[in-house]
Amino acid sequence: METLVQLLDLTVRSAVPLLLACLAGLYSERSGIVDIGLEGKMLGGAFAAAAAAAVTGSAWLGIGAGIMVSVGLALIHGFASITNRGNQIVSGVAINFIAAGAAALLGNAWFNQGGRTPQLGSEQRFNPLELPLAETLGQIPIIGMLYEELISGHNLIAYVAFLMVPITWWVLFRTRFGLRLRAVGENPAAVDTAGISVSWARYRAVICCGILCGLAGAYLSIGVSAGFVKDMTAGRGFIALAALIFAKWRPVAAMWACLLFGFLGAIEIRYQGVDLPVVGVLPLQLMQALPYILTVILLAGFIGKAIPPRAAGIPYTKER
Amino acid sequence: MTNPLPRWVDYGLMPLINVAVAFVISGLVVLFVGENPFQAAYLLVRGAFGGGYNLGFTLFYATTFIFTGLAVAVAFHGGLFNIGGEGQAYIGGLGVALIALSLDTVLPWWLTFPLAVLGAALFGAAWAYVPAVLQATRGSHIVITTIMFNFIASALMVYLLTGYLQKSPTLGPRSRDFETGAQIPKLDWLFNPFGVDVGSSPLNIVFLLALVMALLVWLLIWRTRFGYEVRTLGISPRAANYAGMRDVRIIVMTMMISGALAGMMALNPVMGDQGRLQLDFVEGAGFVGIAVALMGRSHPAGIVPAAILFGALYQGGAELAFDMPNITRDMIVMIQGLVILFAGAMEYMFRPALSRLFMRMPSPGTAARQETA
Repeated sequence: METLVQLLDLTVRSAVPLLLACLAGLYSERSGIVDIGLEGKMLGGAFAAAAAAAVTGSAWLGIGAGIMVSVGLALIHGFASITNRGNQIVSGVAINFIAAGAAALLGNAWFNQGGRTPQLGSEQRFNPLELPLAETLGQIPIIGMLYEELISGHNLIAYVAFLMVPITWWVLFRTRFGLRLRAVGENPAAVDTAGISVSWARYRAVICCGILCGLAGAYLSIGVSAGFVKDMTAGRGFIALAALIFAKWRPVAAMWACLLFGFLGAIEIRYQGVDLPVVGVLPLQLMQALPYILTVILLAGFIGKAIPPRAAGIPYTKER
Repeated sequence: MTNPLPRWVDYGLMPLINVAVAFVISGLVVLFVGENPFQAAYLLVRGAFGGGYNLGFTLFYATTFIFTGLAVAVAFHGGLFNIGGEGQAYIGGLGVALIALSLDTVLPWWLTFPLAVLGAALFGAAWAYVPAVLQATRGSHIVITTIMFNFIASALMVYLLTGYLQKSPTLGPRSRDFETGAQIPKLDWLFNPFGVDVGSSPLNIVFLLALVMALLVWLLIWRTRFGYEVRTLGISPRAANYAGMRDVRIIVMTMMISGALAGMMALNPVMGDQGRLQLDFVEGAGFVGIAVALMGRSHPAGIVPAAILFGALYQGGAELAFDMPNITRDMIVMIQGLVILFAGAMEYMFRPALSRLFMRMPSPGTAARQETA
């Protein structure tokens, strides 16, 4: 029981950055802008958050800087793919390299620690929050314990991430903004005919994507860790992309997909080299590769069919 | 659509402008971290071309990038974006190593090498095969599947290197060193007559293979029936279909050729330099190929110079990092990103302005036609 709760707790921890990045991609791709630059935006956000928190001493200024840098990168992607009607995949690849190169270069030049940012103190980070009555309710078997160990004790960004799931659902499916966002991703010409700017709708979607990627980065560098380390996102942006496809571009399913991939990550961390009954020693690499293998199988159409938004990846050219 | 530009503008001036913009931005970043960008540029050029040894390293890196650049370009011609060069090269290295490890005590190098070339190409092509078939028959987006295959390749290689190929626990995850039967010659004999001494740089005969491959890719794409089909499919899948071309076959073949080229990249570091299989020998070269192909406009005549430029950046960047500790090699990654951004995603940004500029200067042809009209 104890180990199971620990495993689930670790699952939630691994799932949070995936979930934020996945929802970020959801906004962008639902509006027709394919984004394989989630990784780069997350990395840029993580670096900016840690650097700003280290210099100013404030976690809040840190998260603000993280979001700003991530939105900045998102706007470059937007400018290339919306205004210049460039290839969105190429632009996303470019964002990943610019962020990875610039973060390591600036980190090294500013802090002289080989690309790391200085170790952050607890007042410069988002610390685990103790939810009300956690200790008292923890005495109750099972439910109380789950409350204390699993639900309580995460940092603010983690709660925001899970809160973003219903919010995203509501924004996309119950607001005018969401309707337009989905419409420009399916049939931009129809939206244009109705006199609504396709570009502006897509730019707003891209900005939402930037904000969430910035939060995901900040969660990594000033939430669960105490500073930025070179390449600290370690492919999470691509797992988030896989989760997005796995969830077939739906917010609630995105949460489950991220929890599933987070669970695989948790098993990988928890059972490294442990000799389990029946299965033996888990090949660590298999667990690492499993999210990608599952996504390929899904894409091949063997477990349901993942159909992207119809206008995804196609630049919109207004008729003249 | 904007007016067509003269060919030399499209293929010569535009890439130069794009690269120039990327360098200006990088220069500003250098200024921002408190170093002199002109001094940095000088150190970089000197580091890349300042002597035979430096030139040897530049061409050694360029060899790698010619392969990955050609791989991306071949796929581009078929309208496919192969982001999986990284994984295909990694698996290609497995092919090289398996041949080398099993034959290096039996055969001389000139028999091992051609077999290793085949091994690299086959393994690389095989790794591209699954995404290609899924794209062609089930419509799975090749960009996503090739990204996924990069990660799967990486996990697989760690598994094999730590589990099966590792020989000594103290040296870490790497195979044993290749014996003389799998050690290929350096290229000093080729450069010495010109008075250039490439010294102890790892430049080797794979460089010549890369140039041959560039020529073969040109022949394949522009001088064969298959190349014509590939280009037709890339420009208009519907036209290709209407003309009775079998798109499944073309997609799978194009991707396998692309994968084979990416796989052959592994010959250069694995056989030509390190003489063993080790972790992460690809070092992002698969992704550099994207920048090289975009800058070289997917034409071998553009890819070879673009690959040499990136080779110079990698070699010069290493030397620069030595002299200016504030500017690490990460700057090259950033420049690579900027080149991809400007030469790839924003290629149309400067086009309207250029188009207007050249409209004002009517070419002799149009002037003559106006007079007769």
